[in-house]
Amino acid sequence: MSALRLARLIRRVGRIAEPALPAPLPITLPAPLPADPPTDPPTDGRALPSELPSELRGSVQVRHVDAGSCNGCEIEVGAAFGPVYDAERYGARLVASPRHADAVLVTGVVTRNMAEPLRRTVEATPRPRVVLAVGDCAVDCGLFARGHAVVGPASSVVDVDLEVRGCPPEPEQIVAALRRVTGR
Amino acid sequence: MIAWLSAVAAVTVQLVVMVAAAPLVVGLARQSRAWVEGRAGAGVLQPWRDLRKLLLKEPVQAEGTRLQVAAPVVLLATSLMVCAQVPLVGTVSLPGLPGDLFVVVSVLLVGTVALAVLGLDSGTAFGGMGSSRHMTIAALVEPTVLVAVFAVSIPAGSSALSQIMNERLAAPSTIASPASLMAVVALGIAVLAETGRLPVDNPATHLELTMVHEAMVLESSGRDLAWVELGSWLRLAALVGLVGNLLVPWGQATTASPGALLVGILTLLAKLALSAVVLGAAEVFLAKVRLFRVPELLAGSFALAFLAVTTSYLVT
Ligand code: SF4
Repeated sequence: MSALRLARLIRRVGRIAEPALPAPLPITLPAPLPADPPTDPPTDGRALPSELPSELRGSVQVRHVDAGSCNGCEIEVGAAFGPVYDAERYGARLVASPRHADAVLVTGVVTRNMAEPLRRTVEATPRPRVVLAVGDCAVDCGLFARGHAVVGPASSVVDVDLEVRGCPPEPEQIVAALRRVTGR
Repeated sequence: MIAWLSAVAAVTVQLVVMVAAAPLVVGLARQSRAWVEGRAGAGVLQPWRDLRKLLLKEPVQAEGTRLQVAAPVVLLATSLMVCAQVPLVGTVSLPGLPGDLFVVVSVLLVGTVALAVLGLDSGTAFGGMGSSRHMTIAALVEPTVLVAVFAVSIPAGSSALSQIMNERLAAPSTIASPASLMAVVALGIAVLAETGRLPVDNPATHLELTMVHEAMVLESSGRDLAWVELGSWLRLAALVGLVGNLLVPWGQATTASPGALLVGILTLLAKLALSAVVLGAAEVFLAKVRLFRVPELLAGSFALAFLAVTTSYLVT
């Protein structure tokens, strides 16, 4: 595309980002699918917003770990950081290294091969840090519960501070969870 | 004594302004890029928030690495040194602190090497790869910077940057001369490569295989990362400010009086803000060039700088 056409396209499209919702709202947890009872006891009620580290107010670098997801959640995480939902405006940014990160965002059930890498990624993240489990799979194994390659939900391997339910969760919910950490 | 004190005051003011403004320059560049992309953007203050947070975190260091702490500090020190040497707010230079072009380029190179050593020290594959790419680019950029500013220095008859600025203020016709314009364009390309902007390096990349700057700092965290970030932002701001001042030298303080300094600060901030907005918006239209084509781009800018030197001898 020539630069001129690109410039015209930019002018025509204008701002794509949705208007910002009012500051941090509580996460709405949709009811889990009744069909598939989780193997682990339901894990909820962790991390009230006041327990999240205050050092991370205003700026949260996120390292995303796919521990064995079907890539449905990845699409939604990508959308949350895309131009429409624009999580970056609240100070959250995806980074390439756990050393730069403040939050580890886990999607998918933890498979046997990814249990150790996930544990190491969280260990490599400097404190204070937050671990987010995004999607039903990461929260309670969702669809893949009792699969032969499955170790368990993210909380069976690392300490999880925040959970976002949904299969896959909407980008808005992911953004809302991130906003609870950034407080913006 | 009075002259010395006022020179110290002027250089201190310049340092403080640059440290305060450098993160804002990066923030404004990201913000203007976000506007063009149709995003809302994180706000101009975001780099400052990132810095604050990084300083509050406890760094994680791998066992056996010694330079994870030292190299970022060296980089920051060289960047501060460059900010003190280059005429930005004003052309008042500290007696004893060489503001000579060759010294500035060497100090920049010390910072470049510190960063490359940091990448090697982490002992990871990506770190070493980033360092080798970084040194390749640096080896191509430094001659261009030297030759370009040499071309600019010919009318002034001196390679001290403050004298070049004074000469440009005294004789504005030299600014629009073909030699000077070619040299400034060559310098601009070299500055983009040196500070890791598009089209040479993508500052927002997450793909390790395409990284240059990011690959070297992948293992740094907390305070160490904060110094690396601030150091590279200061470098970017100082070099962009230098190019801005070469193109539009007006407004720089030639004396250390408070009024002149205030005008100098305001015009510097205006120049930096304008460059940041243009830089951010222009990057939307650029793609990163393949690593093996970077030498072609930089060879082009070197040729331009060389032509500038030749014409300034022919057309005088
Ligand atoms: S929660 Fe749903 S979309 Fe996400 S990884 Fe599991 S099955 Fe896929």
